[in-house]
Amino acid sequence: MSVSDAGKDKPSKNSELSFQEPSQVDKEKRQFLVTATAAVAAAGATATAVPFVGSMLPSERAKAAGAPVEIDISDIAPGEIKTAEWRGQPVWIINRTEEMTAELPKHNGRLSDPMCEITSQQPAYCKNADRSIKPNIGVIVGICTHLGCSPSAKLEKGGDMGENWTGGFYCPCHGSKFDLAGRVFKGSPAPTNLVVPPHSYIDDNTLVVGIEAEMEA
Amino acid sequence: MADQKQNINAATTDLIGWVDRRFPLTSTVKAHLTEYYAPKNFNFWYFFGALAMMVLVMQVLTGIFLTMHYKPSAAEAFASVEYIMRDVFGGNIIRYMHSTGASMFFLVVYLHMFRGIIYGSYRAPRELIWLFGVGIFLTLMGEAFFGYLLPWGQMSYWGAQVITSLFGTVPFIGPDLMEWLRGDYLTSDATLNRFFAFHVIALPMVLLGLVMVHLVALHEVGSNNPDGVEIKEKKDKKTGIPLDGIPFHPYYTVKDTVGIVVFLIVFAAIVFFAPEMGGYFLEHNNFIPANPLVTPEHIAPVWYFTPYYSILRAVPPVLNSQFPGVAAMGLSVMVFALLPWIDKSPVKSIRYRGKLYKGWLAAFVVSFLVLGYLGTEPSNLWGQLGEWAGGADRATVVARIFTAIYFLFFLLMPWYTARDKTKPVPERVTK
Repeated sequence: MSVSDAGKDKPSKNSELSFQEPSQVDKEKRQFLVTATAAVAAAGATATAVPFVGSMLPSERAKAAGAPVEIDISDIAPGEIKTAEWRGQPVWIINRTEEMTAELPKHNGRLSDPMCEITSQQPAYCKNADRSIKPNIGVIVGICTHLGCSPSAKLEKGGDMGENWTGGFYCPCHGSKFDLAGRVFKGSPAPTNLVVPPHSYIDDNTLVVGIEAEMEA
Repeated sequence: MADQKQNINAATTDLIGWVDRRFPLTSTVKAHLTEYYAPKNFNFWYFFGALAMMVLVMQVLTGIFLTMHYKPSAAEAFASVEYIMRDVFGGNIIRYMHSTGASMFFLVVYLHMFRGIIYGSYRAPRELIWLFGVGIFLTLMGEAFFGYLLPWGQMSYWGAQVITSLFGTVPFIGPDLMEWLRGDYLTSDATLNRFFAFHVIALPMVLLGLVMVHLVALHEVGSNNPDGVEIKEKKDKKTGIPLDGIPFHPYYTVKDTVGIVVFLIVFAAIVFFAPEMGGYFLEHNNFIPANPLVTPEHIAPVWYFTPYYSILRAVPPVLNSQFPGVAAMGLSVMVFALLPWIDKSPVKSIRYRGKLYKGWLAAFVVSFLVLGYLGTEPSNLWGQLGEWAGGADRATVVARIFTAIYFLFFLLMPWYTARDKTKPVPERVTK
């Protein structure tokens, strides 16, 4: 329907036939009622939105699946890595050789955050040179801090990673590079070091990942 | 309304008359088809709106039939898609129609948008048509993204993981927002289930609503044309019909039918002979079931998202935050909405614009295509530059240059369109 014939249905100019507003209308009262109704409706709509928006949060089942996991680390030989699952994410447990641990402080100059100043990336008790409780055992969430891919382990020096490679992790998505303590090399798209999850040891051979999250909750 | 009354008088006895007294059937058909006057000089570029409508209908229909067999759960999704492909009668055709339809939808929408740009169809009084169109484009991107998770292959999974992670980069609320979107600490069954809801109910309804207002707005102001001349300014004095207008039906319905037939020939050829399109329509890695513990070696979105993905990768992190790249990617899509207000040229159509505008437009098109290509490839595609450039990836440097050109096309538009030497616009439409 075009604009031109939209006006044809308007009431005729004969005012006796068209609707007239009574003169004694209290305009202020009407405005108050309109505003009050709208305010109540808005409050009601907001309250109604709560269960809908909230329903999209992780459910109780998803939270339960995020409970701590126990991992047997006795079968990881020096220089090897094991991938466990915690909250559906890969968690690497790497048993660093003495040579690997000794290498860590040597390339601090090539790292974005060698001293682990960004505190969200590891628990306070892992803010040290090798980001771990036991110097040889590294516990790292294997999710790139760039956009959530899982980096590949390139533990050996050199190889297809080039001469300067001192061993670490390489993210295949966008080329971020991390050392064997999960610290990010400068020039990577990843802004921060890989996350060290909250963890502790029950005994020499049993690692628990996520124990602190449990205590907080 | 006046039409309606005449109609009722003319046909009080037959069925149409009966309906017309209860529902504006004849008047609606007249307003939108038989007495909707479109410019007589539509060319090839004007096929794509009708084609987009047809693909939309096809996606809705094939989608309905796919949901009859698909299972939206992490445990069953991948197998149910394979079940559709192997055991359901005609299932492979329906599924390939839907997956090919997704790519073809973007193809025709991109061409439809390009038509709008070259002929200035976004200019006053058609700003709202353009804005509704941008809304359709955004919804379509959401629809494609949510739909891509459903087969629960490796690319589905890691694509969704990367894109939902983008929200994690938003300052302050990022990580909570990301968890809320996923419904879990990572992309999981909960994510798949809600993406299914968005893909089959929420966004299709939004899409249909937007398409409707897009058309209502179009039919209110009338179509633009390759000359950018307003046909409503020259009307027949007796009938009030634009001198350069012809009724949409039968003239353009017949023309569009020819376009649709040709399109369907190409479409059928793809569905039958190359539904994967060498990994561009259906990526090879997506034939491997999703595995949250192993990321594929090379992650790339489907071709229609690659220009924006290139922009995301090209912008380096600032202050340890990935957010600038994410913001740039968002802006690269949203920036289209500004066109009606940043184009200061006295003419609408490219036919009467000068070399300056044509140069910028060409640079934009090349940028879009180059970024699109780079987005399908890993960033070490062309190796690295020497030490003088910090060993940066060559492809990343190229992507940065074309990202800059992409944005400059829009940022400098007020300047170069005002300064451009234009040609005089004719009074009436030409051939």
